[in-house]
Amino acid sequence: MIEFKLNGKTTRFEGPTDTPLLWILRDDLEMTGTKFGCGAAQCGACTVHVNGVAVRSCQTPAASLAGQEVTTIEGLSEAGDHPVQLAWVKLNVPQCGYCQPGQIMQAASLLARNGKPSDADIDLEMSGNICRCGTYPRIRQAIHLAAEMKGGAK
Amino acid sequence: MIAKQSRRSFVENLGKGGAFLLGLAYLPKSMAVASSEAASFAPNLFVAIDGEGTVTVVCHRSEMGQQIRTSVAQVIADELEADWDRVKIEQATGDAKYGDQNTDGSRSMRHNLERLRQAGATARTMLEQAAAQKWGVDASQCKAEGHQIVNTANGKTLGYGELIAAAAKLEVPAEDSLTLKPRKKWRYIGKVVRSLDNHGAVTGQNVFGQDKRVPGMKFAVVARPPVVFGKVKSYDAKAALAVPGVERVVEMKDPGQKPPGFKPLGGIAVVAKNTWAAMKGRDLLEIEWEDGDNSGFASKDYRQTLESSVSAPGKVVREEGDVDAALSSGDKKLVADYYVPLMSHVQMEPPAAVAIPGEDSMEIYACVQAPQGARKEVAGAVGLELEQVTVNVTFLGGGFGRKSKPDFVVEAALIAKEIGAPIKVVWTREDDVRHGYYHFACAQHFEATLDGDGKTDGWLHRTAFPPIASTFAPGANEPFSFELDLGFTENPFQVPNLRLESCKADAHVRIGWMRSVGNINHAFAIQCFAAELAEAAGRDPKDYLLELIGEPRKIDLTHTPIPYGNYGDPIEKYPVDTARLIAVVKKAAEMADWGRTLPKGRGLGIACHRSFLTYVATAVEVEVSNDGEVRIPKAWVAADAGTVVNLDAVKAQCEGGTIFGFSCVLEEITATAGRIDQSNYHDVRVTRMNESPTQIDVAVIESDAPPAGVGEPATPPAAPALCNAIYAATGKRIRSLPLGNQLA
Repeated sequence: MIEFKLNGKTTRFEGPTDTPLLWILRDDLEMTGTKFGCGAAQCGACTVHVNGVAVRSCQTPAASLAGQEVTTIEGLSEAGDHPVQLAWVKLNVPQCGYCQPGQIMQAASLLARNGKPSDADIDLEMSGNICRCGTYPRIRQAIHLAAEMKGGAK
Repeated sequence: MIAKQSRRSFVENLGKGGAFLLGLAYLPKSMAVASSEAASFAPNLFVAIDGEGTVTVVCHRSEMGQQIRTSVAQVIADELEADWDRVKIEQATGDAKYGDQNTDGSRSMRHNLERLRQAGATARTMLEQAAAQKWGVDASQCKAEGHQIVNTANGKTLGYGELIAAAAKLEVPAEDSLTLKPRKKWRYIGKVVRSLDNHGAVTGQNVFGQDKRVPGMKFAVVARPPVVFGKVKSYDAKAALAVPGVERVVEMKDPGQKPPGFKPLGGIAVVAKNTWAAMKGRDLLEIEWEDGDNSGFASKDYRQTLESSVSAPGKVVREEGDVDAALSSGDKKLVADYYVPLMSHVQMEPPAAVAIPGEDSMEIYACVQAPQGARKEVAGAVGLELEQVTVNVTFLGGGFGRKSKPDFVVEAALIAKEIGAPIKVVWTREDDVRHGYYHFACAQHFEATLDGDGKTDGWLHRTAFPPIASTFAPGANEPFSFELDLGFTENPFQVPNLRLESCKADAHVRIGWMRSVGNINHAFAIQCFAAELAEAAGRDPKDYLLELIGEPRKIDLTHTPIPYGNYGDPIEKYPVDTARLIAVVKKAAEMADWGRTLPKGRGLGIACHRSFLTYVATAVEVEVSNDGEVRIPKAWVAADAGTVVNLDAVKAQCEGGTIFGFSCVLEEITATAGRIDQSNYHDVRVTRMNESPTQIDVAVIESDAPPAGVGEPATPPAAPALCNAIYAATGKRIRSLPLGNQLA
């Protein structure tokens, strides 16, 4: 049995230890905000935070989770009001929306470490997250806006 | 069930919630008589208002990122004078009563704006009449405003919720008695509103096909024949069945039928307690395949086949003047060949469908663009009547045409029927890449001549591609006429001697439609070749493009040897109007500050194209490094889509459509021995953040022309504008996609 913290709550998983966190979330816990896009760490749709850092849940086996703190899109904020989420809504970023939980988790992780990312920082941090709808220019703009909002809140 | 619709028949009180439900038959006047007899023609939309005054709008188009749910609500709320904060949206199931539900072809608004306005206006008119009755005054004295009816004589008001019972008793007014709001009074149509689905999107609450869960549901993945029309020869499932959580394997019925249509490909399904177990089980299946007659298909050889096909005359699609004379007499002759490979949609959400079997029923939840088609295919496959099948439409994690094809839904229904329990069929990314309905590969051949003044005098253009027709007609090796409409027949250039020819090509994979379809290939080749002609004439590419387009005129395509279909809409209503094409070219050039001096390694390119009745011009600035790395600092898009509903969504579609077009410069699907060589995003390249323009400026041309397509038209001019910019930066012509290492 593996015990870890999920969005602040103690969670136990008793299945095979090679099960990726992605499928624990989606199938066992029925938390489907974390999306399945590639299963190979190629697209970023499954991005969650482990100890505050963005990781691909499709490549994070249960065995590695013991004692870790996992945050998913469901736990990023109480009411969908994390600055990144607010900026996303304000700039009408989502199109189909499938990649956006992953994009948002990646962007939140970036902003937690870098309060004022440059365009080059954004390229570096966000290029592992594919958006086939092509919302990249708005994502970029929304990250800058969220950085401003976070700065203002301090 | 609503089998037949007449105007007066359909006002009913919806029991419990007391909802006032309007089912409206909106028909062009000329069709009104016919439709009362032929119910299937009568398109219907529903507006429901409950006792709280909450307006529920039913959206019959699938949501895949075009924000159509918000757009539909905008139109109805506007005519209904509803408060935006009191509007909810519900997704329709697949049912012919709604009229066409195929969410493709960029048709949602061009075919529904008037119907939706009438739906809203009908509800508003009846609420006004209900208030008039209550007050005992003339209806002309009652005016809908801000989600209530105002008595204009004394200022008294009644909320919509208070009027539903009275309104529900009224006869539905005749369509021609309705007064639609004048354009200048529109509050939501053409404006920017708060999207109804964004909160769900940013909190992960929107439910996609992959996300759907029902009680008692099992999970399945399918091992499909790697070659189209291949079959299982033999298999051993022992190891698969030993995986904890795997419950059984199911051999899929009837594989390998021609033509492919929307039928599943066959193979072996692994049914498990969860997706991970099913995937592990599938990895351990031992299957011997019989590959069938596509096993010789190899992209390398196939390219030569296509190129050889366009090296000889084909079927004449359009002809003006004397091309042969012009081509043998010009001052300067250019010959060029262009090539575009197979591509895959690779929408972010791989296909997925849930099927719930009942005694005499099948209920589906799936990410489908065409729920009626899915319903029909499922009914046929499991032996039920249409009415016994319900198709619920989830959010679609991208569609781009892939999810118009319900093969994956039929798989779920077949497995559900076999195992007698609800099942979700999950496609992995590898499944999606290897078992697609591919955007066709295409070879194109040009010959053109310039006269002494550098004007293009002769133009020959041939195209060859495995047609979409092959997916539906066995052995088809010539396109349906609509496939030639997609950016080929309607060549906008005013060249006195012009001939367009279509050449043959066999299909060896399933061919489908992908966002903007053949327009991708044809716009790429035509717009790049136009830039080649500009250079041969020693002219600025933008100026020469405008010269090629010629005079502002409506191009006559009524006498082409292969009839021109104009995306299914009348040419009188939607002419091919070069004045509008010229206007977007000028606008995009102005936005890009065309003609400015750029630093070394940078270049500007431009291209334009009309598709889905919309005119788009795109300008792109690139920066190419010494080792051939391409960066796109900025792109500019000017679009004339006629009347637009959701202004910000139109801009978003222009941005996203452009980036989709840039992905066409990166992506390539190939096959060896009939098997697709690629498998996931590491070898199916699509645009990523660092390859995307940092910024895209979009100008939506204000217009009161009829609404035209929005979801697709920004894609076709993107790739040629980019490749023309690369030429300006490097002097290297890109005539073959993908870009690959051509700049290295």
